[in-house]
Amino acid sequence: MESPATYVQLGFLVISVPNLLLIIGMVAIFIAALVAPFPAHQSIEEAHDDQPE
Amino acid sequence: MTSPSNTPAPESADPTWTGAVRRTLQQRIPLAHLLPARQPFFVGSWVYVFGVVAITGLIWVIGSGVVLAFFGPGWWHVSGVGRFVNSIHFWGVQVFFIFVVLHLWGQYFMASWRDGRARTWLVGVVIFIIALVTGFTGYVSQQNLDAQWIAINAKDGINATGAGAFFNVLDFGQMYGIHVVLLPVVVTLLIVLHVVQVRMRGVVKPIESAPAEHPGQPTDVQP
Repeated sequence: MESPATYVQLGFLVISVPNLLLIIGMVAIFIAALVAPFPAHQSIEEAHDDQPE
Repeated sequence: MTSPSNTPAPESADPTWTGAVRRTLQQRIPLAHLLPARQPFFVGSWVYVFGVVAITGLIWVIGSGVVLAFFGPGWWHVSGVGRFVNSIHFWGVQVFFIFVVLHLWGQYFMASWRDGRARTWLVGVVIFIIALVTGFTGYVSQQNLDAQWIAINAKDGINATGAGAFFNVLDFGQMYGIHVVLLPVVVTLLIVLHVVQVRMRGVVKPIESAPAEHPGQPTDVQP
């Protein structure tokens, strides 16, 4: 906290390593949320089948 | 002397403003939509959890913020418990913003403003903007060198917009008052409105599914 963060430069883009890691982590969570199976998915789908729209 | 009748007047015959409000609420926000027992099958995805996690983060932020407001900066900078609660407040904010942005990404890519949900989307945008201002006023209210550094650097930018006359980032009392009283109430009320709006219309259908027969109607909520 007392020392300045390390920065990386990608062309015109300059970003600190902590912010870069945060963004990478958020993208990873987003992708994981899209592909990871949802635990209650089966029961929700059954409920849907029981009572179609 | 006549005794009042026990038979209630028909709903449509009630001419009072409370009756009109009650009929409007019953029509637009029926309890079956507000507190549904079942969800459509497409809600079975982790993407729909982001908004709830953001609200959970907000609850932690408000709870820890109330404790910090009671004891003050002389406590949250010095004592061990104070620093712990201060850290909960800080990390709660990080969780809130991370999952608000993830929620925004999810809703953006599924075009959640479809089928009469534009106002829900716009309220979400306003919540995000006001939350940013809330976070900023919090950073300049820390009562440490970090807060002074942020405020000194921000004042020129704020003054350049012309807002500095009534939004003085160097005025701790103003920033702290706005941070602990005004903006949390506004954000909380707007989030309640946002959730009610979602329940009124139901969760938006996936893009590949057929459009609603009657746009704007909550056809995708199964009571």
